[in-house]
Amino acid sequence: MGAATLYDKLWDEHVVRYQGDTALLYIDRQLIHEVTSPQAFEGLRIHGRQPRRPEANLAVPDHNVPTTRRAAGILDPVARLQVETLERNCAEFGITLFGMGDPRQGIVHVIGPEAGFTLPGTTMVCGDSHTSTHGAFGALAFGIGTSEVEHVLATRCLVQRKSKSMLISVDGAVGPGITAKDLVLAIIGEIGTAGGTGYVIEFGGAAIRALSMEGRMTVCNMAIEAGARAGLIAVDEKTIDYVRGRPYAPRGELFERAAAHWRTFHSDPGAVFDRTVHLDGGSIKPQVTWGTSPEMVAPIDGRIPNPESMGDPGRAEGVRRALAYMGLTAGTRISDIRPDKVFIGSCTNSRIEDLRAAAAVAKGRKVADSIKLAMVVPGSGPVKEQAEAEGLDAIFREAGFEWREPGCSMCLAMNADRLEPGERCASTSNRNFEGRQGYGGRTHLVSPAMAVAAAVAGHFVDVRDL
Amino acid sequence: MQPFANFTGVVCPLDRSNVDTDAIIPKQFLKSIQRSGFGPNLFDEWRYLDTGEPGRDNSGRPLNQGFVLNDPRYAGASILLTRANFGCGSSREHAPWALADYGFKVILAESYADIFFNNCFENGILPLVLDPEVIDRLFAQAGGPDALRIAVDLEGQALTLGNGEVIPFEVHPYRKHCLQHGLDEIGQTLQHVEAIAAYEERRRQQAPWLFA
Ligand code: SF4
Repeated sequence: MGAATLYDKLWDEHVVRYQGDTALLYIDRQLIHEVTSPQAFEGLRIHGRQPRRPEANLAVPDHNVPTTRRAAGILDPVARLQVETLERNCAEFGITLFGMGDPRQGIVHVIGPEAGFTLPGTTMVCGDSHTSTHGAFGALAFGIGTSEVEHVLATRCLVQRKSKSMLISVDGAVGPGITAKDLVLAIIGEIGTAGGTGYVIEFGGAAIRALSMEGRMTVCNMAIEAGARAGLIAVDEKTIDYVRGRPYAPRGELFERAAAHWRTFHSDPGAVFDRTVHLDGGSIKPQVTWGTSPEMVAPIDGRIPNPESMGDPGRAEGVRRALAYMGLTAGTRISDIRPDKVFIGSCTNSRIEDLRAAAAVAKGRKVADSIKLAMVVPGSGPVKEQAEAEGLDAIFREAGFEWREPGCSMCLAMNADRLEPGERCASTSNRNFEGRQGYGGRTHLVSPAMAVAAAVAGHFVDVRDL
Repeated sequence: MQPFANFTGVVCPLDRSNVDTDAIIPKQFLKSIQRSGFGPNLFDEWRYLDTGEPGRDNSGRPLNQGFVLNDPRYAGASILLTRANFGCGSSREHAPWALADYGFKVILAESYADIFFNNCFENGILPLVLDPEVIDRLFAQAGGPDALRIAVDLEGQALTLGNGEVIPFEVHPYRKHCLQHGLDEIGQTLQHVEAIAAYEERRRQQAPWLFA
């Protein structure tokens, strides 16, 4: 046996059988939400199939839930039917559900780790592309479509072909005030949104190892925005400490036995990757996206590039289209861009550490008059409770932010939280695609600290200069 | 799933890279609990001048005449020609459902996002990866006054253009097999249920905490 990568180890441990160059891969855990599951349950019903190991699934509604007046229920009848359908399906098929009224409810990728349902060394799927988040635990976690949700429910397996492996090493230490979000945006700026296509990316290097588990989840969350099948980070003592004591994690002697196994989930010295990319952590500045793809990103002291000076005509056309949509012109200083709304939330940046970082900037400051709405949407019930126990909600309210109930909210604007056409938003979410936060809405992706800084200043500004 | 039959179809050229699944089928349509009926809202934001809503009749909506799907040359198109990284973004299978519901059976692109690529096969759509030069050439032909028609032969793994030119393509043998026979992939996997049970038994020994 030669030196194996983390990905090799995860893969090998989960192969049920090979058939040619594909494998039947065993899936330890599945997360389920209301949007991508109804047709999967319907498929089971049509074929008269039952879920194999229903206890290996955990369901939660998050995309459609309101972030206000929860007691009033969901006003939109179509969305309500979808959430009720999830409730009915879970009851019928014996699947645990953190329902809308459950204190543990939250964004699917926040509650998995929080509940200890996400465990190192496992395979994990969800009908949601940001399932890559759970790779932060040294788990092979990836998004799937609804047919595959049904496939996993019925068989616990998926037919998979092994991806290529890429190591992205962020070397050295990042400067003070630089967050996981800046790091991952810089990575995507470097390799591009299709740079990871066909790969599973392992993030390594001193700057990654220095991140908290929350920070690692932010990085892996956005691996999908680099086109990767999954993102991975090696297990270390931080991983194990995070999992210890969580409701669905093993306990006592079984935990110690599990932890011993989990500690093997790292790439061996000398393991060979198909591609390796190095970034210098020390040179990374706070990042702000200016276009309609996460790769259209610049440091806060940068300017919007000029499509006319781009060699590649296809790329130039993409930038022209993006600038027209964003209502921006080439050469504009990033710090001259003025958002109308500010959104702090999403599975990228709605964990307790994100809210602490945002509150630290908001404390004693006021949201600028030019900002029409600034909102904080915690990732889950437990995050909200913890933040309130620390008084973060009061800091946000005093500064002029709205403090909401947990859910996906304005990350994708499926509920009432959305941008109006032409409105510009500083957002801690992960996608700045056309219309993502509402028809005609314009999204700039930033870290929580940078979002608050923009809210306070009325324009993007280097949070380190505040 | 219907078996994939050879056919000849009109090519609709969508000259963009990084077309994301939200552009293919906007989020408001994801609230549906059905698998069908998404075709009229395929590319909704580009195709119409107003905003679509689920359950609304689309026949009276103002059309964006500049958008390819509304160009009479491409009426009834069943082959979509596009650029790189098609289907990026959200994993929603509503995207291939909408494409299939509209009538697209084949997609020609330089590259695809992973999840979308898999989702296509699950829904009887054949997504083909072609060289950028070939894609460029097809765009030039599809943009002419007469629509480009291509004959698709899955068995022989070849596209034949009107001028007789043949373009071979690659497709994974397992995917090809499932498409050709319209197989239920879950049924295929369930044939290995004993291997799955044996794996679970081994795993129960090795990682009992996953079975607690
Ligand atoms: S927060 Fe946004 S990205 Fe995350 S699961 Fe919800 S909609 Fe998807």
